[in-house]
Amino acid sequence: MSKQNTHSHANAHDHQDHKPTGFVNRWLFTTNHKDIGTLYLILALVMFFFGGAMAMIIRAELFMPGLQLVEPDFFNQMTTMHALIMIFGAVMPAWVGLANWMIPMMIGAPDMALPRLNNWSFWILPFAFAMLISTLFMDSGGPAAGWTMYPPLSLQGGQSFAFVVFSIHMMGISSIMGSINIIATIMNMRAPGMTLLRMPLFVWTWLITAFLLIAVMPVLAGAVTMLLTDHFFATSFFNAAGGGDPVMFQHIFWFFGHPEVYILILPAFGVVSEIIPTFARKPLFGYSAMVYATASIAFLSFIVWAHHMFTVGMPLTAGLFFMYATMLIAVPTGVKIFNWVSTMWKGSMSFETPMLFALGFVVLFTIGGLSGLMLALASVDLQYHDSYFVVAHFHYVLVPGSIFALMAGTYYWLPKWTGRMYSEKWGKIHFWLSAISVNILFFPQHYLGLAGMPRRIPDYSTQFTDFNMISSIGGFIFGASQLIFLGVIIHCVYQSRKPASSRVWEGAKGLEWTLSSPPPYHSFNTPPVIDATTIAHAEGTY
Amino acid sequence: MSHHEHIENRDLHRKLVRKLVLLAVGMFGFGFALWPLYNVFCDLTGFGGRGVQVVENVGVIEPSDRQIKIRFDANVNSGLPWVFQAKEKSAMVSLGKMSEALYLAMNPTDEAIVGQATYNVTPPEASLYFVKTECFCFTQQLLQGNESREMPVYYFIQADLPEYIKEITLSYTFFRIANADAVALNSGKAFSAGAVLNNSQ
Ligand code: HEM
Ligand SMILES: [Cu+2]
Repeated sequence: MSKQNTHSHANAHDHQDHKPTGFVNRWLFTTNHKDIGTLYLILALVMFFFGGAMAMIIRAELFMPGLQLVEPDFFNQMTTMHALIMIFGAVMPAWVGLANWMIPMMIGAPDMALPRLNNWSFWILPFAFAMLISTLFMDSGGPAAGWTMYPPLSLQGGQSFAFVVFSIHMMGISSIMGSINIIATIMNMRAPGMTLLRMPLFVWTWLITAFLLIAVMPVLAGAVTMLLTDHFFATSFFNAAGGGDPVMFQHIFWFFGHPEVYILILPAFGVVSEIIPTFARKPLFGYSAMVYATASIAFLSFIVWAHHMFTVGMPLTAGLFFMYATMLIAVPTGVKIFNWVSTMWKGSMSFETPMLFALGFVVLFTIGGLSGLMLALASVDLQYHDSYFVVAHFHYVLVPGSIFALMAGTYYWLPKWTGRMYSEKWGKIHFWLSAISVNILFFPQHYLGLAGMPRRIPDYSTQFTDFNMISSIGGFIFGASQLIFLGVIIHCVYQSRKPASSRVWEGAKGLEWTLSSPPPYHSFNTPPVIDATTIAHAEGTY
Repeated sequence: MSHHEHIENRDLHRKLVRKLVLLAVGMFGFGFALWPLYNVFCDLTGFGGRGVQVVENVGVIEPSDRQIKIRFDANVNSGLPWVFQAKEKSAMVSLGKMSEALYLAMNPTDEAIVGQATYNVTPPEASLYFVKTECFCFTQQLLQGNESREMPVYYFIQADLPEYIKEITLSYTFFRIANADAVALNSGKAFSAGAVLNNSQ
């Protein structure tokens, strides 16, 4: 994307600053953190629309009671694939893309620590998703037992299950390699003076996320491998007839699954912690509290997994333990929300698109956190579990949570990446349409769940009709609004005539803003100046 | 160390990467290790409802005047074309007193089929106070075509069962054993219910 190199630091190593020529050399063999970041972001955007199309099918079928559009089995394939694609194909690669673009620039490094590994981590993914999506066209169809793949149901599918398992293995390998690279970059490549407790919060949250990924993706790989051998090689890990235990799968899966939801949200906390201080023109309130809160959330995320399984039946003491441990997570999460609000307190705020998305995040993510607390109550979860209330909860934390933060980050850094301003007018239209429709889409689902509508069902009894119609209409508006997002990005990359300055935003602090917009191909070849004028958290001596 | 030496320091990366790869591989192993770990944990704590003790000689049981309701639940896996029921849906039993529960299994097909039952106790922690001396679930069961049979369970519940547990459910699910013991099939002789021949479940 960057067409010229104007940066003054870049003269020391001219030979490194020429971009490879030709499409294959530039993109297929690239080892450049910005190019790889761009590739990740493009993949994530494609998958976002692909998974979004599936969501449109789901909402269209649920518009009215009865079966109108699709067969129940295909409906189940849609809910399963929608979740797998959105989690592993859209949100996770998008965060890795942002990490690739921003981390070297934020810590004053020329590139990622392991550039060739970086190329690999990315290029595995298109193959993994091609394989996953290809199952939809196989005789036995795509996976239809839900993204959680509980046996025995998940073992009753056809031969295509092997493809699903292998694609998950590939995604896992990609995530682990990406995480190793991110940790090596952060630990070994910081510019002199960029101590750990001066790092931007996006870097901090990603460091912790990377450790979570290395800790739990292998456990998921183990769980699906056991499913694979149960399905094809007559083992009985989860087969009760052979002495196994299907509930055991749930324990192993959620040992991965709960940390996984924090993998999806921690980088969002980081992005929001970058954006709010910029547009409130005040330093982040409680920087070190934010770091410790993130670390405690990550730690606690390992001891709460059974809150997804209260209904399987567990001893009273276990139910109480998992209930209290889960509610404990609300404490560091509350600290974060308190700090964001305090950062805005008496700030001179302005409301450009990134700030709007960040504010939308703070408000709507909190609603998702509150419904999470309700679900954490072991006694009432017996009623809420597997109902639309759960669907409402996780969509509040994931859509106006993770995805709003991703969009906030995209609008925030897009001028830096391209060297041009996006259309503020269309960005704002995108925000307001998304923020309103996402509530029309997901808020009624709380009521549906409390009234007893189960999740993953293509048909429902007629008393649920009105709320489902409202939800579907919200869904269609939300889906259509995302085309605006695509339009704004394409316009900014190819058409915008408005150049962006280095700093882009008046209140922005951090090393990325000391580079030109667009930044040079290799970010920092000589160490940057690190003091209170360039970075946001410059406490202490140098 | 200058900035450049710092970032070119391959050794530094190599050391860190080695540790991180080790962590990833270790966690892959841990994923599998969770399977036996959970099993051991469940057996010790009764979590999972499978903490039932099996004894052959009961000895002296501590008596109690407390009574508790036990429900009997029966399920058949869809792969096994049997009919399987509890004779009574529930019973009041005195703690510390040897009791018998009867289940009824019927094979309505014309072929001989071998099945085996798994069991589960709810609430799970009650399983630690549940003692069985004989159970049809200990062994594989052969039913000839159109045969039906009563299947007994002999058990008692220890007197120190926590106060807050007012009711216990004993649940069985019968599964088909596809590659069943050929000797049993050929001789046409069922394993006698209750004989503790194979407690692999
Ligand atoms: C205060 C914080 C939170 C609490 C107390 C909480 C609690 C819970 C509980 C108890 C459930 C299980 C409900 C059930 O199945 O019956 C659940 C489900 C879920 N949560 Fe959260 N949660 C919190 C935050 C988050 C965040 C930040 C995310 C992700 C960004 C998230 C994503 C999910 C997902 C995806 C599910 C459903 C998984 C499934 O069954 O498919 N949660 N949450
Ligand atoms: Cu969870």
